Parts: sequence; structure tokens; C-alpha cells
Amino acid sequence: MPHDHHDHLSPSGHPYRPDQDTGLTDWQVMEIAIRELMIEKEIVTAAEVQNQIDAMDARSPAQGAALVARAWTDPAFRDRLLTDGSAACAEMGFDVGPMRLIAVENTDSIHNVVVCTLCSCYPRNLLGLPPDWYKSRAYRSRTVREPRRVLSEFGLDLPADVTVRVHDSTADMRYIVVPARPEGTSGMDEAALAALVTRDSMIGVGIAKAG
Amino acid sequence: MDNLAPGTSVRVRAMRPPGHVRTPGYLRGRIGIVERALGPFPNPEQLAYGHAAARLPLYRVRFRMGDLWPSTETPDDTLDAEIYAHWLEPL
Repeated sequence: MPHDHHDHLSPSGHPYRPDQDTGLTDWQVMEIAIRELMIEKEIVTAAEVQNQIDAMDARSPAQGAALVARAWTDPAFRDRLLTDGSAACAEMGFDVGPMRLIAVENTDSIHNVVVCTLCSCYPRNLLGLPPDWYKSRAYRSRTVREPRRVLSEFGLDLPADVTVRVHDSTADMRYIVVPARPEGTSGMDEAALAALVTRDSMIGVGIAKAG
Repeated sequence: MDNLAPGTSVRVRAMRPPGHVRTPGYLRGRIGIVERALGPFPNPEQLAYGHAAARLPLYRVRFRMGDLWPSTETPDDTLDAEIYAHWLEPL
């Protein structure tokens, strides 16, 4: 009964969450101070700051999915993507800035998964903002220690004859996993295939599935 | 350390310098194999403090899980990480 009175539910039936009435952290104060100073000195405008935030929020995994679908349908492109990920992005017309991309491919015998133990390095241009769990200490520390158990918690149980390759994104490279193309998709065009490519399959905690 | 070919065995130096470093603690002192050379990149240990940063060769090094975690049930799974040249000694 969603509308029963309950300690942990609001009157509308949603879980109760406390207001964030705590003070700002030092870092938040510093960010506000620097932003206000830069606006005051006319280095940036408030509108420019907001536009940049909007642009970051608007990113999605669509470009990553398009990249994978092209690799599935064009073997020569797949080879170029695995050789030089950044050049392959440029070829697709994706502006990845200075990002250096390495694409790693899942096969019958290899499953790749990406983590950043030191912080939250992630190919945001291609995949959008990283999910919260990607930045959690649990994911970051456990994926390098017991990747199969972590993958199992994502619902992915890999057979023993598949080698797991963990990629710790420690420095200047960013990683995208090219998941295996699902069975039964031979008649599908690139756009239909791209719809099967999930964010999680490009991080390596999931796989692409047909329908 | 400027020209480590893929396949070269390397040990990650077990240094504990203060400040910003991008060599994870769990890899220090561990032995792996150069997977590929990535080219020169500015040293983040200088970059982080706004200093002029020397460009150092960066390598992807592949470790066996069994060499990182002796108790693992799948020792032949692997872990790849990017390590700057001054952290590597060829064996």
C-alpha cells in the first residue's frame, strides 16, 4: 500500500530523503569564489558557464554506440578503430578534443572491462557522464581485485575459458569496449545495431543483446 | 627506459614519493610485460603543480592477476595499466 503512513516514505509514497542543510565544503566555496571572480573580471559570462554545463549534461552514449555499430558492419573500420581509436572517432566526425582513445574488443575468448582506480577517467565525449557507481570506491577497488565477482553482480557470469582483461585507466588514455555483436542481427542496419549497444556494454560490465 | 619494446618484462618501482602520482599503489613492486608504447606525455607529477612538465614515454603494462593477487581463483586473467617510464625498470 504505497499511501500508508510509513517512517521512510513521503506522503506521495517516495522514499524520504533529508534536505541537504549542511554547509558547503571548502571545495564548493572555492569553486563559487573563482567562478564569481571570473565573471566579475569578464573572463567568462554566467551564460557561458551554464552553456558548458548544458553541453556536458547533454552528452549521451550515442556516439560510442555509433562507433561500435560501424565497427560491427565495416571490418576495415573495425581494424582502424582498434589500431587508433582517436583517428577512428575523427573519421566518424566526432569531436573528441585531445582525448586519446583505445578501443578493446570482446571476442569468444576475451572479455574486457574498464575501471579507473585513481579517480573517474571515462570517455565522456563518447559515453556521456559516468554513472555514479563507476566513481564509487567499491567499483574502483573491487574491479581490479575480483573482476568476475563484480561482473557477476552486474548479471554477467563469464565461463572459465574466457579471459578477463581489466583496463585500469591510470593516465592519458581513455577506453571503450567494443562488445561482441549479438547472434541473429545479420540483417540489421547500422542504426538498428547502434540501438543494441548499451552504455554498460561499452564499459564492459554488460554485453550487447539482440532485442 | 625510453624505448621498451612490447613484450619486455618490467618491474614497477616500489617508490613512495609524496604528492600527486598516477601509479596505483597496488602495482608498485609488481612485474608485468609491456603491452604497447603510447608515446611521450607530460609528467603528471609536475603538471599537477603547474610546473613545466617533462615529456616522458608512457607504456601500457599487462599484469597477470595471479602475480598481483596470489589468492585469486583466476590467475590468468589480466590487468593493463598505463605507467610512465620513470616508474619502470626492465628486467
